[in-house]
Amino acid sequence: MAVLVLADRGETVSQPTRSALAAAQKLGGEVHVLVLGAEGAAAAAKLPGVAKVLVAAGDSMALAEPVAALLVSLAPAYDALLAPGSAAGKNVMPRVAALLDVQIISDVAGVEGPDTFRRFIYAGNALATIRTSDAKKVMTVRAASFDPIPAEGGSAAIEDAAAAANPGVSTFVGAEIVKQERPELTAARVVVSGGRAMGSSDSFKILEGVADRLGAAIGASRAAVDAGYAPNDMQVGQTGKIVAPELYIAFGISGAIQHLAGMKDSKVIVAVNKDEEAPIFQVADYGLVGDVFKIIPELEAELDRK
Amino acid sequence: MKILVPVKRVVDYNVKVRVKADGTGVETANVKMSMNPFDEIAIEEAVRLKEKGVATEIVAVSVGPTAAQEQIRTALAMGADRGILVEAEGTEPLAVAKILKALVEKEGPQLVILGKQAIDDDMNATGQMLAALLGWGQGTFASKVEIADGTARVTREVDGGLETVALTMPAIVTADLRLNEPRYASLPNIMKARKKPIETMKPGDLGVDVTPRLTVLKVEEPPKRQAGKKVGSVAELVDKLRNEAKVI
Repeated sequence: MAVLVLADRGETVSQPTRSALAAAQKLGGEVHVLVLGAEGAAAAAKLPGVAKVLVAAGDSMALAEPVAALLVSLAPAYDALLAPGSAAGKNVMPRVAALLDVQIISDVAGVEGPDTFRRFIYAGNALATIRTSDAKKVMTVRAASFDPIPAEGGSAAIEDAAAAANPGVSTFVGAEIVKQERPELTAARVVVSGGRAMGSSDSFKILEGVADRLGAAIGASRAAVDAGYAPNDMQVGQTGKIVAPELYIAFGISGAIQHLAGMKDSKVIVAVNKDEEAPIFQVADYGLVGDVFKIIPELEAELDRK
Repeated sequence: MKILVPVKRVVDYNVKVRVKADGTGVETANVKMSMNPFDEIAIEEAVRLKEKGVATEIVAVSVGPTAAQEQIRTALAMGADRGILVEAEGTEPLAVAKILKALVEKEGPQLVILGKQAIDDDMNATGQMLAALLGWGQGTFASKVEIADGTARVTREVDGGLETVALTMPAIVTADLRLNEPRYASLPNIMKARKKPIETMKPGDLGVDVTPRLTVLKVEEPPKRQAGKKVGSVAELVDKLRNEAKVI
């Protein structure tokens, strides 16, 4: 069994990529990493347990069509192709699977055997164990379900990946990336989230005070995003990001099932809501009933008192 | 230009699903069913493109049980022109993509707009798989679509922000939540939709093998969280987090 893991782009190896590598190592056999863009090669080579790093440079590596073509050209040497369940992984891997005539297995949450996997369905309300009859496995990995492998400790060989033909049906126009000085949402140890009760984009910012004191990333419910209080890449939930921090604090979030799907694997959940009947209290380890605008300043003061 | 929009019949998003006691699946008998919310967004986008004069015809397609006619009727009431129902149950994204490929070859659309994922299997795959089978470009997780001069410019929601790609048409687009706000079908339009045609066929008529690749061994309830406790004050909360949970 040889496994190829497609890494997220970037100079460092993302935490979801390292979680995908943990899943790859559970499959057994030799693990190789494919890095898109030369800048990621050095960091990938330091990953422990990785036998080889393949580097694919070139402008087209931001697009699904050429990346899928490349993965398909590399596929004959591998029994399984994995990617993190990031936006990039979800974009590319189903395309790869169809080109190989294989059914993709999305967001794998458990590896039970070489062909048996677990994944959540219905917004995390059911957990299915499935067996694939496809000889080659193509899957994306749910980062929150696997402890990431360490970032350092290995020394893998770096090789250039043989180029594959670009299908030439797409071009990259540009990107608008939100500036983030905080920890990345899916990798943060603490996440502070706000819902519709935050009232406006200005008052949403009061979460920053708590987040600063806890070194936390800031998340949002879909209601807060739809209302324009927070940008959509902050959304936690079935259709947004899935997080599993040590501490998740939900301010003014009712706890719809779509939101819970994105955070209920958090180690400790705290809910602050003025509606004591809010469903969020059913999953919260600690609940505090009250107005978020009164509680947040009190919380800041309390956190400042060591 | 013709647009094809696949729609899926799923358990309504407001329903709290229950896992069957025998572990074979999720209870779907006597449960409210609806059109997958992302597919409503896809239909809405197609209708808006028609209203702008970009599209001339919208064909709504569903691969599902006979009852999926209801979801096609909903799409027709929102503004689709006609429907196609391919009767097949329990089909996986790869099989659906193959059925859709056969329909695309038959119908000749320039654009297929799908939802980014169905809220039952949460696979997020059919659009990408269809694009692969057709060799077309894909604009997934779209929050904005502009069609001009044989090119689809698609703004995509990615981790960390937005990204724009230009696709040579014909192309595939999958709709994200913020692409638009789907309209409600008005009563007169619901009445009119009853007269619009729905063609029915089987996967075999299209020459597609729908044998599943995945076998569901069991479906279970996810691990339940322990019931928590309410605290009376901020001071008590911080004390618990520091000294009991030890997370700050």
